[in-house]
Amino acid sequence: MLKKLTLAAVLGLGVATGAIAANERQGGTLVFTAPYGSSFATLDVQSSPNTQEEFITQAIHRALYSWDSSNNKPVLELATSADVSDDGRVYTYHLRETAVFHNDKPLTADDIIYSYKRIADAKNAFPGASFIANIKGADEFTAGKADEISGLRKVDDHTLEITFNSPINPGFALMQNTTAIYPSNIEDEASFAKTPVGLGAFVFKEHVPGSQVVVEKFDKYYEEGKPYLDRINIVLMAEDAARDVAFRNKEIDVSILGPTQYQAYQGEEALKDNLLEVAEVFTRNIGFNPKFEPFKDKRVRQAINHAINTPLIIERLVKNKAYPASGWLPLSSPAFDKDKAPYDYNPEKAKELLAEAGYEDGFEFEVTASPNESWGVPIVEAILPMLQKVGITVRPKPVESAALGDAVTSNNFQAFIWSNLSGPDPLNAMRCFYSQTAQSACNYTSFANVEFDKLYEQAQEERDTAKQNELLRQANNLVQDEAPVWFFNYNKAVMAYQPWVHGLVPNATELAIQPYDEIWIDETAPASRQ
Amino acid sequence: MLRFTLRRIWQIIPTLIVVALLIFVIFSVVPGSFAASLFSDGRRAADPQMIARLNEEFGLNKPLMERFITYITDLAQFDLGTSFRTRQPVIELIADRMWASLQLAIAAMVFALALGVPLGFLAALRPGSVLDTVTMIGAVSGLSMPQFWLGLLLMYLFALQLNWLPSFGYGDGSFRNLVLPAVTLGVTPLALLARTTRAGVLDVLSADFIRTAHSKGMSEAKVVRWHVARNALVLIVTTVGLQFGSLIGQAVVIEKLFAWPGIGSLLVDSVAIRDIPVVQGTILVIVLWFLLINTAVDLIYAAIDPRIKQE
Repeated sequence: MLKKLTLAAVLGLGVATGAIAANERQGGTLVFTAPYGSSFATLDVQSSPNTQEEFITQAIHRALYSWDSSNNKPVLELATSADVSDDGRVYTYHLRETAVFHNDKPLTADDIIYSYKRIADAKNAFPGASFIANIKGADEFTAGKADEISGLRKVDDHTLEITFNSPINPGFALMQNTTAIYPSNIEDEASFAKTPVGLGAFVFKEHVPGSQVVVEKFDKYYEEGKPYLDRINIVLMAEDAARDVAFRNKEIDVSILGPTQYQAYQGEEALKDNLLEVAEVFTRNIGFNPKFEPFKDKRVRQAINHAINTPLIIERLVKNKAYPASGWLPLSSPAFDKDKAPYDYNPEKAKELLAEAGYEDGFEFEVTASPNESWGVPIVEAILPMLQKVGITVRPKPVESAALGDAVTSNNFQAFIWSNLSGPDPLNAMRCFYSQTAQSACNYTSFANVEFDKLYEQAQEERDTAKQNELLRQANNLVQDEAPVWFFNYNKAVMAYQPWVHGLVPNATELAIQPYDEIWIDETAPASRQ
Repeated sequence: MLRFTLRRIWQIIPTLIVVALLIFVIFSVVPGSFAASLFSDGRRAADPQMIARLNEEFGLNKPLMERFITYITDLAQFDLGTSFRTRQPVIELIADRMWASLQLAIAAMVFALALGVPLGFLAALRPGSVLDTVTMIGAVSGLSMPQFWLGLLLMYLFALQLNWLPSFGYGDGSFRNLVLPAVTLGVTPLALLARTTRAGVLDVLSADFIRTAHSKGMSEAKVVRWHVARNALVLIVTTVGLQFGSLIGQAVVIEKLFAWPGIGSLLVDSVAIRDIPVVQGTILVIVLWFLLINTAVDLIYAAIDPRIKQE
């Protein structure tokens, strides 16, 4: 079963036929929805860590790397090729000579150096600084000890040499929204927040705060023949129910679905064939704090994993809009182990493990939880009777979504339920169980295991991707055995799209973010889109 | 009249100061911070260095009293601060959204007034009639119906089934986009106005001076125009004032539902990510709006009934 699921997910399980591009048609307007809030915080995407602003990035900006959803890996975007030194630390990028900013400035190495310095500048406190940190000299620059980032060297206008601190794949960090490249000839940096200028396929046209951002085709885009669309209206629609009506009324071209809508759309003839599904890189889990006495014992943590009927919760509450988790790394991860089964539902075994650990009479603990329907209080309430059967009493401790991060990163919890990033870079994902990673960074369960550390350090140094993935696979399996969390599920993201929309891809990093330059609409689209 | 006006405007200031203090205290003690909220959706790993840098930049690691003094000092200079999220002045963010909120509130009030007052009046003039019964059932339904649900119902009917109106958004600011959110928002004040008008008119109709007017041989139309309408007006103006003042605050849910770019949706987003300067600024503006409308209502009272001014 899991093998089938894995294959399906990796190949982009739901790439409905309508989404596969053929006979691309030029022109038209796409009405795309940005569902993560009712405003864009800023148009200066370097300064924003929010998913909401990634919609703008996709249209207007480009980074040195981009995410290839079909092959599930980062690829060069602003460079045509890169030479890598033997030790894997020095990359020489040959930049695209045809890339031009929307203000007509051709892309040069200076723009990348300027952008990375702006991102790493401590005065700006930009979220992308951590992605630049692996460039040699970035930390000194951020600390104010150097005027330049020593690892950035302009060879000529179209050749840039970057020296990294370690031989990790730089693509994962330098494809991020927050590492987008800006032109170096804009004097007033404040203008980036109001009139963004980028290298993307679409030019900024208009921003109606709280309503929409409109972009139009950039005629000098470096990919010949692209983009296909003339215009995109990126409209803000945070309410699921309102999005549902607007989608059915054909006012919007795509809609991200929640569990209830997913179930409803699957049952409707007119909608069920236009669903795009993908296993995203998020792992929903309940993290156990080893400061709490019972959770120090691995058998107690394993017992909880056995005591919960995970598939039942996924079916009834999450409406099958998720895949059962068999470890930390998700299905789409290159280091995912398809042969490793999830914990089976076995209350008797759970009781045995609890008895062995000295908790035959059970114990009581609280789970800090946000109101989220897929990984919050409703899920804790669902596991409550299951754990009660093995003698464990669970109390949900509801907190507002904004307070969850604070509670967890300050180690102020017995257990928490959350959805955490677990990809696409398996090395970065497994960092969250490395003992040297601070609890407040992402080692939320204060995981410390000598064997894991050894595997992780070997993976860090390994340059052969296949070997590195094998080491990470072993590390991931070790984490599953140690059970620092209850492995709940991997999110299945679902996007509904109108039948006239083509070119959508199963983006495992975030399905809502689509490569706009690949999208086109056919002649069956309503007149308002033609 | 001038002294009365100045006195009423002067009374706004202590109310605003108390509200400002309350907002500061509440958002200083509620759990969660802006920097940590950036990671709360779990879409990225927490970055302690970035949290520290943001807390430093926004002065969030300074003692509470120091932050309070800065807040009050800035406020005294009409400076609402800078948004943590957008790094723009809060006043600019509110100004960007204010017109949309006003459009919605005014349209909702016009809708409520245009239907609520005549219906209430007619119902009171014919108590027990079919019109009276239907109006009162409608008013009770309007008051008890959750706005969110009503909004969805209207969307379903007028956008999805009839295809007459767009279901969401501001569009190019056209009237068509305004209709559904304004009607949804206007139903509660409409119901209240209909009930209040009916009660007010019935009350006046049973007064001695109305009997006197009738006994003097005054026509029904003249009695209604000269005595009933004028005396019921104070109650109607009170209801209109209270409702209009609170509409911008009530619009939070409607704006979110219809993706309407007013200050209500700005407030919701800002609370969710603890963008405290925007929350403080937006609430202050909503409160100020309420106080100004109520002051205006008091002044209108005084114009309608000079006895109020003397009291």
